[in-house]
Amino acid sequence: MTPLVELRKVSKFFGPVISLKDIDMKVYPGEVHCLLGDNGAGKSTLIKILSGVHKPSEGQVLFEGQPVVFSSPREALNQGIATVFQDLAMLPLMSITRNFFLGREPRVGPLRLYDGNLAARIAREELLKIGISIRDPDQPVGTLSGGERQSVAIARAVYFGAKVLILDEPTSALGVKEAAVVLRYVVQAKARGLGVIFITHNVHHAWAVGDTFTVLNRGRSYGTFKKEETEREKLLQMMSGGEELEVLAVELELIAKRDPAGAAQLERRIAEELQEPN
Amino acid sequence: MVAHKDERLHPLSPWKRLLLRPELGSIAGLIVVFLFFAIMAGNTGFLTWLSVRNYLEVAAQLGILAAAVALLMIGGEFDLSVGSMIGIAGTLIAVLIHPDYGHLPLGVAILIALLFAMGVGFFNGWLVLRTGLPSFIVTLAMMFILAGANIGFTKMVTNLTIVSGLGDVVAKSSLAHLFAGSLLGLPASVWWWLGVTIVLSLVLLRTPFGNWVFGAGGDANAARNVGVPVFRVKITLFMLTAIAATVVAAIQTLSIGSANVLNGQGKELEAVAASVIGGCLLTGGYGSVIGASIGSLILGMVQQGIVYTNIDTDWYKVLVGGMILGAVILNNYLRKRSMEVRR
Ligand SMILES: Nc1ncnc2c1ncn2[C@@H]1O[C@H](COP(=O)(O)OP(=O)(O)OP(=O)(O)O)[C@@H](O)[C@H]1O
Ligand SMILES: [Mg+2]
Repeated sequence: MTPLVELRKVSKFFGPVISLKDIDMKVYPGEVHCLLGDNGAGKSTLIKILSGVHKPSEGQVLFEGQPVVFSSPREALNQGIATVFQDLAMLPLMSITRNFFLGREPRVGPLRLYDGNLAARIAREELLKIGISIRDPDQPVGTLSGGERQSVAIARAVYFGAKVLILDEPTSALGVKEAAVVLRYVVQAKARGLGVIFITHNVHHAWAVGDTFTVLNRGRSYGTFKKEETEREKLLQMMSGGEELEVLAVELELIAKRDPAGAAQLERRIAEELQEPN
Repeated sequence: MVAHKDERLHPLSPWKRLLLRPELGSIAGLIVVFLFFAIMAGNTGFLTWLSVRNYLEVAAQLGILAAAVALLMIGGEFDLSVGSMIGIAGTLIAVLIHPDYGHLPLGVAILIALLFAMGVGFFNGWLVLRTGLPSFIVTLAMMFILAGANIGFTKMVTNLTIVSGLGDVVAKSSLAHLFAGSLLGLPASVWWWLGVTIVLSLVLLRTPFGNWVFGAGGDANAARNVGVPVFRVKITLFMLTAIAATVVAAIQTLSIGSANVLNGQGKELEAVAASVIGGCLLTGGYGSVIGASIGSLILGMVQQGIVYTNIDTDWYKVLVGGMILGAVILNNYLRKRSMEVRR
């Protein structure tokens, strides 16, 4: 099977900063591909290359087997690569409907005017499908909760026939329940045959929905792993960059020599933070 | 649970729907200002047809400009050069049709002024978008450049700071009626105002382009990411503002029969004031063309209404300042309320 999108030895430099180096990655239809990594690992940079915001400095991007160079997000969008960015492409003061259709407004009549009625009806229907009942599609997006906004953005991408859905940390700002709702849409999109690239810091969220996992660390890839072939703890260790944990362990040991009680407490807290789904 | 769900689906009350309108504050302001003058000067002539005609005419010239400026502000940009643009487009038209200088037919003169203005508008937009500098600064510079060029050019041609003696040309040209004539007892400018407001409001609310204006102004990056051609949208808005300034220039020059280099000065800020009173957000992404027109009507009413009271007209600007402050505070409060209209 040809992958929907494929990266071959892709690198991205911003002046002297190496954001990505020699990344290989394949995303298949009907797959949730999780992109993991610590802050600054290069996750956002990678998906910005796929979505047409950045061009790769080196290497090749293939879409459905063909090499492509996107010069704008619009081009990527037209090919079927829809991205919900970390800084959410939503305008809080604009209505839900207008946000939903921004850049792809339905037109009507000889003057090709904006068909507000059709837009409102579709927005309401599409949101109902994913379980959000809104009183009024004309209400500003700013009145929605973070999870609802994410859901609207995802519903929009799916409605406009995306083949690849890229989600940059959609659950990071959400409570447990709202995160669960968003994760459900991720699975729904996968069931519809979309390839989903799901970026997260939270290994528990990734593990719940992911089929394959690519781990980035400081711009380099640790490789891609299938769920059957790996374990949650291994991913967690790679994400935090094993060596850093070792350094931490040494530090803790040093502290322990001076203050055993305090060190034990600190260690427990760190362990909790690393394990607990948040 | 079921009851809860029903409550959520209950449609918004008409009152809450009204709260979502950006022009709500300006409508309230209009009523207050009208009542104020009706009470203060109702028996000294404020309620006469002459007075109505007067303030409509003042409001109209500002309103044509403010409708375009509001659209630009919703698109997230300013144009402080529109005032100077009125001045220079006015002298350009005057010199070009003048029997001693240009001899050109009025239509050609207006077309040349229009092309010049659109060029400057394009340049403004291009510079803002290319350099990433705030449009406030770029168009502030353009304001001085145009004002200076206008004085220099006018003095070079006429040795004065005014181009006068257009009376005959205007009287002979039928095209001049389109700008300086009247219909149904109202000056042409009022009809222009009405037309421009309706058309631009429809563009904002009923076309895909209007949706892009909201998007480009609200968050240019977010809009670009979903495929809005932000560059094209903003350039178009700058050019539209320049066109509106040229229309005002034609109206002024042909109505008075002369063009003064000082024409249009200060109009850029009045247009911003009208837009803000009408609910436009200085940060972009929110506002209304109709609101800006109501804002212009309020300013026109205050400027003319004060004449009929026994308040010294020198205090006009104090009133305007107070109104701007009041409107901004009211609009800010209303917008916060509208964001609380939860489902
Ligand atoms: N436009 C840019 N110019 C210069 N450096 C950049 C640019 N964009 C990203 N970088 C750098 O590239 C590196 C990777 O950034 P990126 O945003 O991709 O990380 P991330 O994995 O998404 O992190 P986070 O989890 O915090 O979102 C960082 O060091 C960042 O400073
Ligand atoms: Mg990121």
